Amino acid sequence: MIPFVLTFLLALFIYLLLTAGSGGLGFWSPSELVAGVALSLLTAAVARNLLCRSRDLRMANPIRLLLIPVYILGPFLLEVTKANLDVAYRVITGKIRPGIIRVQSGLKTDLGIFMLANSITLTPGTITVDIDEKSHDLYIHNINVPRGWESRPQVQDKELFSMANLPAWIRRIAE
Amino acid sequence: MIADILVLACLSVGLFFNTLGIVGLLRFPDVYTRMHATTKMTTFGSVFTALSVIIYGAAQFLGTGDGQYITLSLHTLIAAIALAFTNAVGSHAIARGAHKAGIKPVPAVVDRLEEYTP
Amino acid sequence: MIEPWYPAVLILVILVCLALVRLFLGPTAADRAVALDTVSTLSVAALILLGVAYQQIIFIDVAIVYALLSFVSTLYIAKYLGGEL
Repeated sequence: MIPFVLTFLLALFIYLLLTAGSGGLGFWSPSELVAGVALSLLTAAVARNLLCRSRDLRMANPIRLLLIPVYILGPFLLEVTKANLDVAYRVITGKIRPGIIRVQSGLKTDLGIFMLANSITLTPGTITVDIDEKSHDLYIHNINVPRGWESRPQVQDKELFSMANLPAWIRRIAE
Repeated sequence: MIADILVLACLSVGLFFNTLGIVGLLRFPDVYTRMHATTKMTTFGSVFTALSVIIYGAAQFLGTGDGQYITLSLHTLIAAIALAFTNAVGSHAIARGAHKAGIKPVPAVVDRLEEYTP
Repeated sequence: MIEPWYPAVLILVILVCLALVRLFLGPTAADRAVALDTVSTLSVAALILLGVAYQQIIFIDVAIVYALLSFVSTLYIAKYLGGEL
């Protein structure tokens, strides 16, 4: 029952976001509201087992959901800007020192690994190449391996980010 | 007036980063470094061009009160979020597939993934 | 206000043509997949700008659907490259 309600609310939210501005009641016209509720019920009936597959309702907590926009607009945007200026410098000058290194992450849930891998791909001159499924370590391609890192067997995740501690934020949101 | 300047600034920043991304795609030596240029800079540039459209729509809505401009801003916001997520996941998938297909990172100081056997 | 949208779309189209150079040259299949991904991203940006220039919101809906569909095709190309398909 709870997965059904959550899927229904998510589908209704996206439908209302896509049809805002059609006039009438507030932003929406009455026919759009009726169609949205009917289509969301249909979607929830079909897809309820796909969205909430793990039976882990930790992310239904509204505080964690509200932290995601704060995380994206705050420390993540700072790191993305710095990483883009860094890669722009490397495109212009051509000074690269690439290599694949192993990063140890203490995250356990799938959502935490997902957020960390995507943050790594978009931020500090690195791309996630593969994930060790058992130990949840990440193999990342770094465009500029710092001196001395090529001899270390693995590095900690927070050493990658220089301006904000993104792994601590992800741990706060997803674990 | 301020909105016009903001729109032009965001559009210029977005086009600048898009151009640098394409230059990196043409210039870098192997597939992984090319992916750095395209993934980060093209996503950042496209999100900034979308941001200029969002600012334009919000300014027009505040100026004229027409409901279709708020629709424009919201749809562009959804497109930008979809673009950022899909680019990150898609480039990770291509990198993993390329490494499984046996493409080595050609100038590389270290390759830890080669030593790893699942 | 001057309309900056058409010059921006022109620049994006020139960038797409430059990315097509890598699509034709690319020594391996993965290079071509990366170039194709870049072409899709730039097309989405150009569609958004065209939607504003023509005042047609349907262009932006097309852009959303195009981004999601190109994501699915990228995933399948990647699976094919890795030999999992």
